[in-house]
Amino acid sequence: MFYRENGQFKSNYASDQQMLPILQDRVFMGLLLVFAFGAVPLFVSDYVFLSLLIPFLILTLAAIGLNILVGYCGQISIGHAAFMSVGAYAAYNLALRLPQLNFLVVLVLAGLIAAAVGILFGIPSLRIKGLYLAVATLAAQFFTDWLFARVKWFTNYSSSGSVSTAPIELFGWKVDSPAEKYLFLLGVLVVFTVVAKNLVRGHIGRAWMSMRDMDVAAEVIGIRPVYAKLTAFAVSSFYVGVAGALWGFVYLGAWEPLAFNLSLSLNLLFMIIIGGMGSLLGSYFGAAFIVALPILLDQVPNWLGVEMSTALASHLASMIFGSLIVFFLIVEPHGLARLWAIGKEKLRLWPFPH
Amino acid sequence: MNEKAIEHAHRIGGVVLALEGVSLAFGGVKALSDVSFDVREHEVRAIIGPNGAGKSSMLNVINGVYHPQQGTIRYLGREYHDMDPHEVAMSGISRTFQNLALFKGMSVLDNIMSGRNLKMHSNILLQALRIGPALREEIEHREVVEGIIDFLEIQAYRKTQVGRLPYGLQKRVDLARALAMEPRILLLDEPMAGMNMEEKQDMCRFILDVNDEFGTTIVLIEHDMSVVMDISDRVLVLDYGKKIGDGTPDEVRANQAVIEAYLGVSH
Amino acid sequence: MSKHWPVLTLGAVLLVGLVLPIATGASPPGFYVEVLLGGLMAGVLYSLVALGFALIFKASGVFNFAQGSMVLFAALAVARLGEQMPLWVAMLLAMVIMVALAWLIERLVLRPLVNQEGVALLMATLGVTYFLDGFGQTLWGSGIYKIDLGIAKEPVMILDQVFQGGILVNKEDFVAALVAAGLVASLVLFFQKTSTGRALRAVADDHQAAQSIGIPLNYIWVIVWSVAGFVALVAGVIWGSQLGVQFSLSQVALKALPVVILGGFTSIAGAIVGGLIIGVGEKMAEVFLGPVMVKVFDLAGGGIENWFAYVLALLFLLVRPEGLFGEKNIDRV
Repeated sequence: MFYRENGQFKSNYASDQQMLPILQDRVFMGLLLVFAFGAVPLFVSDYVFLSLLIPFLILTLAAIGLNILVGYCGQISIGHAAFMSVGAYAAYNLALRLPQLNFLVVLVLAGLIAAAVGILFGIPSLRIKGLYLAVATLAAQFFTDWLFARVKWFTNYSSSGSVSTAPIELFGWKVDSPAEKYLFLLGVLVVFTVVAKNLVRGHIGRAWMSMRDMDVAAEVIGIRPVYAKLTAFAVSSFYVGVAGALWGFVYLGAWEPLAFNLSLSLNLLFMIIIGGMGSLLGSYFGAAFIVALPILLDQVPNWLGVEMSTALASHLASMIFGSLIVFFLIVEPHGLARLWAIGKEKLRLWPFPH
Repeated sequence: MNEKAIEHAHRIGGVVLALEGVSLAFGGVKALSDVSFDVREHEVRAIIGPNGAGKSSMLNVINGVYHPQQGTIRYLGREYHDMDPHEVAMSGISRTFQNLALFKGMSVLDNIMSGRNLKMHSNILLQALRIGPALREEIEHREVVEGIIDFLEIQAYRKTQVGRLPYGLQKRVDLARALAMEPRILLLDEPMAGMNMEEKQDMCRFILDVNDEFGTTIVLIEHDMSVVMDISDRVLVLDYGKKIGDGTPDEVRANQAVIEAYLGVSH
Repeated sequence: MSKHWPVLTLGAVLLVGLVLPIATGASPPGFYVEVLLGGLMAGVLYSLVALGFALIFKASGVFNFAQGSMVLFAALAVARLGEQMPLWVAMLLAMVIMVALAWLIERLVLRPLVNQEGVALLMATLGVTYFLDGFGQTLWGSGIYKIDLGIAKEPVMILDQVFQGGILVNKEDFVAALVAAGLVASLVLFFQKTSTGRALRAVADDHQAAQSIGIPLNYIWVIVWSVAGFVALVAGVIWGSQLGVQFSLSQVALKALPVVILGGFTSIAGAIVGGLIIGVGEKMAEVFLGPVMVKVFDLAGGGIENWFAYVLALLFLLVRPEGLFGEKNIDRV
């Protein structure tokens, strides 16, 4: 009754091509942003920031990055944490060796370096498809695991191989408290989400999706596979690289070798499968789910008064993830984002469904 | 009708596309052997033949999807060899597909817009910010696409995901996407396969309108003989990868080899 | 010929790398043969696991990422059951468990996803991987366990007449390699000579055609998944005994992926040859290339064997995407 587009006529193509063409959606988005920026920092505890919201924001960014490659361009990657690690170590070394650089510049440069490495490992995608590419991306995973663990220069010759970072500073603003970190990350994520949305609805996004849906036909209508696939690898790795840098600097602060291992890669993939492939909103849902579930599993026995070891909780979480992946692939391959869309469709017709 | 046919015949120009001695084999299997034929500007050129005669392979050769082992392809006077499909597309040859090759996950509008991709050049940064030239480009090309949508009468389905449309409409979207490239030559691979009578008539009308209004040269593969004989200017007949007939519909109808191939008379 | 230069270059580089240590005198002949033999023995196991992988891919188009977790699961089962009962009983019981597991995976995961794209099936097996990892460690525990096959682990000196100083071979490794080789041979025979094997090859060629002449697809799938379970058990027991039963076993088994890429996805011969190439290449790289790289690049230790197989497979994909024995795909539109 309240959510419908009746009477909202579009008189030109520009307004028809807006990001949120329906008025109610724009109002809702505005309120959501006001809430996230203005209200959340007022009442949320540090624990929730540190264990829930901060990882959620960074992993959402990474999931958007992976979704661009897998969900929009149809190129599988099971080694995307590799590009996170490239971003993290690039940012570490940039900040270490060029301390005068603004952190935002460090972030962008780290993303660009990750993008370059992403293009390198994306080159095989020009000759091979689908399943074969999975192994090529695994090569990226295991090679970077090794590279950053063994080549001492990357970790500034630290004896344990682990690195630590100083709190970031932006134009005199020291991003230190959990609430400040949250605000900074939220700002970054909003910008990157808008950019991603612009890309996927522009001609480059259509080129990506055409590769995903029917690559031979795409080439026949004049879309260059080299350009489409490599830009997807580049943009995807850029996003993931920036997420990696933030993961290192803002969430972890200090990290050991193998902090960006295969299971992080698989977690990213699970986020987009559960959240919804080819959907930016789905990346948010998926990341929220993957971050929240283990915490929930850790808490539930406490509430029920049952004893459960942390190890058991993590094994259970892994079993639940595994089952959910299969469940979603069988029942709703478009993930939570599709369920959301169905819900919205119902709301549009409510309360007169016929 | 007669008058229109005469007017149409006047428009037919010189040879734009010529294939000479084209042979194509996969492993040991010959798909095409030593086929030569040409296409003249503005004509409707049909390719017919039984299943497995090499018709789709012929289009794939023109498209650059397959590279023939022998023979030459001459387009607008220039010979090309080993051209990639997207280069062929750039040069003004577009195509529809026998087994729908639409982008299933995209809307009708996006499918057709993707046919304009080769004409869109704003760089990735401008697109990321969706400002200036990038935004203007989106709107300009949208206008062209809307024209095609009107022309093919699919206004109501613009925002529908293409996989959800009935088959006949999907065929139309396939045509719309090819038209969005504003091709000089349009290759149609069985545009009427699986359609009912009414849909076929609509499609015939669209094809002839494209030919007349935009002056597009059309090469089509079709099984329905009555359609082929009605709308095409010249017909090429393939059988087992070889050319067995070439000429006006009347000439082909009278050709003994063609009759045998179609009636299955033993050689 | 000129079209083949990338393949030839890669082949030449690998060959030079293979003979360089002995040609330059960097390694005494005895030690060189010892490393080579060690690589071959490790390679046979890769071949075995890769075979299980290739069979599933041939029969159902599933890229079974869960192969590694199945190895871990089987090893855990044998190790923990072996604490309660004689090893051979534990192995039999584990075999039953693995077949039941294979059957369940086929029933609950893959059958509902039949006719889906390969990538969706791959993702489903990622789900299975996570489930099995969690389930295995919940059921059997997440510590480090031992499997004792009762074969001496001490190295034995052989061929001391031929090479100065002889070559050292671990007896257990040697027996394991023989067992694996025997299994590889019997699997090949099974699929070449028996009617089930013929049915499987028919299914691999054309699902629909096979079904239309009355070959029950589901039955074939249960068979190949059971074979994969069996292969996982054998590999799990052998690796478990060599390396200890622990979580990292699943990553060792994951090396079956580069092996099948190298060999060509659907090729039985490819899986076998690929396994040997990876086994030897990895060992050679670790022993001879590793120290050089540590010195030149000032590394904190070698460990190239962690990525060597994958990078080799990646290079192969670039120069010869269909692998050594695979068939070339032709796109049709």
